[in-house]
Amino acid sequence: MTVHNLYIFDRNGTCLHYSEWNRKKQAGISKEEEYKLMYGMLFSIRSFVNCRKDGFMSFHTSRYKLHYYETPTGIKLVMNTDLGVQNCRDTLQQIYSTLYVEYIVKNPLCVLGESLQSDLFNSKLDSFIRALPFFNIRAA
Amino acid sequence: MSRQSNRTTDSKKMNSELFTLTYGALVTQLCKDYENDEEVNKQLDKMGYNIGVRLIEDFLARSSVGRCQDFRETADVIAKVAFKMYLGVTPSVTNWSPAGDEFSLILESNPLVDFVELPDNHSNLVYSSLLCGVLKGALEMVQMAVDVRFAQDTLRGDSVTEIRMKFIKRIEENVPAGDE
Repeated sequence: MTVHNLYIFDRNGTCLHYSEWNRKKQAGISKEEEYKLMYGMLFSIRSFVNCRKDGFMSFHTSRYKLHYYETPTGIKLVMNTDLGVQNCRDTLQQIYSTLYVEYIVKNPLCVLGESLQSDLFNSKLDSFIRALPFFNIRAA
Repeated sequence: MSRQSNRTTDSKKMNSELFTLTYGALVTQLCKDYENDEEVNKQLDKMGYNIGVRLIEDFLARSSVGRCQDFRETADVIAKVAFKMYLGVTPSVTNWSPAGDEFSLILESNPLVDFVELPDNHSNLVYSSLLCGVLKGALEMVQMAVDVRFAQDTLRGDSVTEIRMKFIKRIEENVPAGDE
C-alpha cells in the first residue's frame, strides 16, 4: 500500500499545496495546468454527485484511488493512494485540523488563499504522511 | 489518531482576564489614534473580520460541526458551541423575524466589558464591535453574508447586551475561471 500524492485547494480553486511521494507517472503538462484540470474535475464531480449528505468522498480506477475531503469553508484535500487503502476521511480531516489549521491558519504571516510557503507545514506534513500505516509499500 | 482526540478534548484554556484587559488596551489605543468613535468602531470591526476568517477554520477543526442546513441551525451553533468555546458564555437566541432571516443573541454577561465603564465623551463607541466583525468574517467563510450589529449594550445603559444578526444572502461558490 502507498500514498501517491496530495493536493490542497482553497474554495476559489487555488492550489495551496501539492506534494508527492510515490508517483511514477507524470502528467506531461505543467503543474499549474494539472492543478486546474484536477480542480475542474473535482468541481464537476461535486455538482454531479450533489445528492447525498456527505457528498463526494472518493473514486477509484483500476490502478489508484482518489480520496476527497472538503470542509464547510471550502478547503479541499485530495489524496491519491493505491487500491488497498480503505476510507481515508479521518486521515484527511487530521491533515486539515492538526496541520493546515495549526501551521497555516494560526500563522499570521501565511497569507490565506495563496500557495503555501511554510517549510514547517511542509516538513510536518511529510512526516505525518510517512508515518501513516499504509504509507509503506512493503507493509502491504 | 490519539493526537487528534487529545487536542479536541483539552482545548487550551486561558485566563479570560488577560484577554479582557488586552482588548481594553486595544480599544484605549484606538481611541487615542482616531478622532471619532465611528472610526474606532470601524477599525474594531475590521480587526474582528480578519480574526473571524481565521477563527472559523480553528472552530471547524475543533468542533465536528458540519455545514448548517438553515439559519436557525447556524444561530444554535453560534450561541451554544462557538460562544461557549471562545468566550465561555452561552447567549440565548431570541426575537426571530417572521421570515426567519433575523435573530438576536442576548448576552447576560459580555466577557469583553468586565472592567469597563464608558466615559461620557465616548457615547458613540460600540465597545465590543470586534465581535460583530468576527461573526461576519467567520460566516462569510462558510458562504453566508450576514449583517451584524449591537442593538443593545449594557455599557450604554441597556439592561442586556443584544447582538442583532440579519442574513443577507448566500455567497455562491466561484466557478474556476476560464479554461473550458
